[in-house]
Amino acid sequence: MIPSAFDYAAPETLAEALSLLGSAGDDVKLLAGGQSLIPVMKLRLADPSMVIDLGRIAELSGVRDDGDALLIGAMTPHHQVATDPLVAAHVPLLAKAAATVADPQVRHRGTFGGALVHADPAGDLPAPALAAGATFIIAGPGGERRVAAADFFQGYFSTAVGDGEILTHVRVPKYTGWGAHYEKFTRVAQQWSIVAVAAMVRVEGNSIAEARIGLTNMASTPLRATAVEEALAGSPLTLEAITAASAHAAEGSDPASDLNGDAAYRKHLAAVLTKRALVAAAGL
Amino acid sequence: MTIAEVGRARLRKEDSHLITGRSRYTDNITLPGMLHLAMVRSPFAHARITSVDVSAAKSSPGVVAVLTGSDVAAEQGSLPNAWPVTAEQKAPAHPAIAVDEVAFAGEVVACIIARSAAAARDAVELVDVSYDELPVVLDLEEAATDQVLAHPGLGTNTSATWVFDSGEAGTGKPISEALAGAEVLIERTFYQQRLIPAFMEPRSTVVDPTGEQITVWSATQIPHILRLMLALTLGIPESKLRVIAPDVGGGFGGKLQVTPEEAITVLAARHTGKPCKYTETRSESLMAAHHGRAQVQRLRLSATKEGIVTGLDVKLLADMGAYLGLVTSGVPILGAFMYNSIYKFPAYRFECTNLFTNKAWTDAYRGAGRPEATFAIERLMDELAVELGMDPLEVREKNWITHEEFPFTSVAGLEYDSGNYEAATAKALELFDYEGLRAEQARRREAKDPVQLGIGISTFTEMCGLAPSRVLGALSYAAGGWEHAQVRVLPTGNIEVVTGSSAHGQGHETAWSQLVADKLGVPFENVEVLHGDTQISQRGLDTYGSRSLTVGGMAVLAAADKVIEKAKVIAAHLMEASEDDLEFAEGKFKVRGTDQSTSLGEIAFATFSAHNLPDGVEPNLDSDATFDPQNFSYPHGTHLAAMEVDTETGRATIRKYVCVDDIGVVVNPLIVEGQVHGGLAQGIAQALYEEAVHDDAGTLVTGSFVDYLVPGAPDLPHYTTARTETPSTTNQLGAKGVGEAGTIASTPAIVNGVLDAVRHLGVKDIRMPCSPSRVWAALEEAKLSGGVQ
Repeated sequence: MIPSAFDYAAPETLAEALSLLGSAGDDVKLLAGGQSLIPVMKLRLADPSMVIDLGRIAELSGVRDDGDALLIGAMTPHHQVATDPLVAAHVPLLAKAAATVADPQVRHRGTFGGALVHADPAGDLPAPALAAGATFIIAGPGGERRVAAADFFQGYFSTAVGDGEILTHVRVPKYTGWGAHYEKFTRVAQQWSIVAVAAMVRVEGNSIAEARIGLTNMASTPLRATAVEEALAGSPLTLEAITAASAHAAEGSDPASDLNGDAAYRKHLAAVLTKRALVAAAGL
Repeated sequence: MTIAEVGRARLRKEDSHLITGRSRYTDNITLPGMLHLAMVRSPFAHARITSVDVSAAKSSPGVVAVLTGSDVAAEQGSLPNAWPVTAEQKAPAHPAIAVDEVAFAGEVVACIIARSAAAARDAVELVDVSYDELPVVLDLEEAATDQVLAHPGLGTNTSATWVFDSGEAGTGKPISEALAGAEVLIERTFYQQRLIPAFMEPRSTVVDPTGEQITVWSATQIPHILRLMLALTLGIPESKLRVIAPDVGGGFGGKLQVTPEEAITVLAARHTGKPCKYTETRSESLMAAHHGRAQVQRLRLSATKEGIVTGLDVKLLADMGAYLGLVTSGVPILGAFMYNSIYKFPAYRFECTNLFTNKAWTDAYRGAGRPEATFAIERLMDELAVELGMDPLEVREKNWITHEEFPFTSVAGLEYDSGNYEAATAKALELFDYEGLRAEQARRREAKDPVQLGIGISTFTEMCGLAPSRVLGALSYAAGGWEHAQVRVLPTGNIEVVTGSSAHGQGHETAWSQLVADKLGVPFENVEVLHGDTQISQRGLDTYGSRSLTVGGMAVLAAADKVIEKAKVIAAHLMEASEDDLEFAEGKFKVRGTDQSTSLGEIAFATFSAHNLPDGVEPNLDSDATFDPQNFSYPHGTHLAAMEVDTETGRATIRKYVCVDDIGVVVNPLIVEGQVHGGLAQGIAQALYEEAVHDDAGTLVTGSFVDYLVPGAPDLPHYTTARTETPSTTNQLGAKGVGEAGTIASTPAIVNGVLDAVRHLGVKDIRMPCSPSRVWAALEEAKLSGGVQ
């Protein structure tokens, strides 16, 4: 498990990192927490000629209040997202999803932004980010641009972040008072999600005012379960209503088939897990 | 009175160095001037090698040499198979580095020797091998048709066909009568998926050719066998080879092998004249270290309407993979004696066809043949119970050997010395709350609860203590089954125990110290156990088949007995007493009826000084013993699993697991508990999680732990473990062996439990591993076929 030789740089500012990135050519990789990049380099599935380590750039890490949203630095470790009081108060879905990522060691090294840019369809953070309508702040040689979650995830391991660009922050609107749950289905505890469902529910009295649902590993990108969201808007807060709506969870999905299950099984799981996520989020 | 050591739950001596990082695994060894190896492996499962161009690799920075199969063809020999199960057994030559042809993906085609591990790894990609791909045969049932040959030169995929017939052997009636007269006939086919031993420490070898001897350090279970086999394979005088197994991080049968990589490291050291190290990556380990199980079991069980089994017919297809490793061909044969398990079947026939495929070769994996056999019979007993509408426990009780019937000669011809299946089962039922769980099961069925409950039973026995040498001889195994030990008494009275058993996690150092402390009446702390180095432990047959205590431990006790005999002569002389008047207890010889005594320590020093010894007595208390068991030992037990099946997702979860094992007399309950827990984990892993999967081209898909699902602690339940103790009558301690019991018993308990939870919904069988998607698919299929009973 020895990677190919590569050059290494560890800039201390974003500007320095962008400048290095601009001059390093095509064959460069950004190193965040390294929980995906280092293994694939060791397996020689990736052999970049240069690795730029973002770990020393203080401005990229941390969670802060930004009015009607939270601003989460791309280099914030999963553990911090999972335990941050601001996240717990305003976007509990993210905290719950981050707490399910891999194991404690990975959660202390792996980063929020790194996982989002890696865009593994089975990763646990893209679907919650999509469900929460996050905005991705991307720095490049020409300055900063903002991309909505719906446009950020473009395919297998592919996002809107272009060559020469760095994801710096993710702006996540506040959902204070919403119920939230991340229902993850794996065969063993430490495994990528076979399917997972990220659900947020705003309950008013005895009815569901609004639901936002993201699906993990049901296509090459995270999906919104829009049919379920629409069916639930204004519906009574009952198991029957949730079950009936959840039956539509897999509409528009295109899951892969692999050793853990074929597409039909994943579509079935999406409905079951959506029901369970909603029940838990709504506190039924 | 000192506290007896045998039976005491001592913490293991070994643990402090292992858990504080003071261990020395093979990969920790660094020698001056040492070179590093990396292997070039075939990406194809079956191909002819047309050329190997190593020129670019040779000129890569740091590379010292590159070895190809042609370079070493004259000296590499063919890797050994020690178990030709029939005189007609067919086997391809097995060169360590492939010369003309590769027969599985992962086979070594060249070896880089470089000054650093990184330089060796970099050069791997520079070796240009040209292949002509050949058709692959991967599926066992297809292999049996011979339409595609794994080794075209053999003309067939069949390596051997081995038959046991109770009618012919005179141990029972002919199976044909039983099947013809069957009131009830259960016919089933079960699939034992291919598993990967997945030991924690990857295999690693260091070879130092610079001394008088060639010294080989290797992550192996079998330093003694490895020494002999490397000598025979590579043509090195055995006396010029020293093999050391330092700390070894698990084996589970996976390091019971003479590997291509070990032979290649010796060849590389010989070619360069320098120390060489090879350590495999995890990917290489999963791909190219031997696999286990991989059988198709076609079974017919005949019985009366009352549930009395009248015969069992077993037709096995066993996947050898591409080559015959050390005991590849014998593994299914070990199972042949266990299909009848704890039962009194009057007729039994077993036929095994050993088949080659283009996959990594199979060989011993924890239980080796016996888990497969136990799975088959315990699943069949449940199927019979369902067929007859009986409780599965009742079917077992009707057929098992009762405790009054021991010793009992089984229909497979083994003599079971002792056992008490009733007692173990009664204890298990009590701990399990069988009646309560059956009532809950009925309630959940009635309520159509999405989570259904099932109860899985496994009553098992196994043959341990491999093995009486004459039995191995009768089975055409090339070696014996004895074990050697030496007990050395130092001048201070401290004891050194040399054992031929080679520990790789078992806790021999602790257990052997306990045995000898009790036997010689010396403090536990004063006993040192030496092992795993052929220069120190000069004779041995190593560790596998739950043999350490029942064979190696008995050799230790026999050697200690000899020490006492020697010391007695000297004690009598020193105390001017008759030997007949002496009694030995708590480390002292006492003259009966007097207060005169002398300790073993005093005798040790007197022997060392040798100033005053009886005439003709050598100044030496050290003693050797070689123990050859007269019979196997037969641990047994009853395992009960309560399985919850979520019918919405298909997930099967262990709600409760109770096992009562009867392993005879226990030396260290803590070590036993560890063995049981680990064994259960591996058996449960087969039932629910693990499977080596290949694509259509023969590439291993489960090539990392992302896809080969080894369960971890969060995935496994809290076990309720207990024991009954029916001592073995064939060894002086009454011990039976525990290394494999959990693995053998748990797999059928889990699968029986899963099926019991969903059988009322129309599900008849689920192939292992019973993953959520497979359970769900089985439920869906049952719904579609309207199979609800």
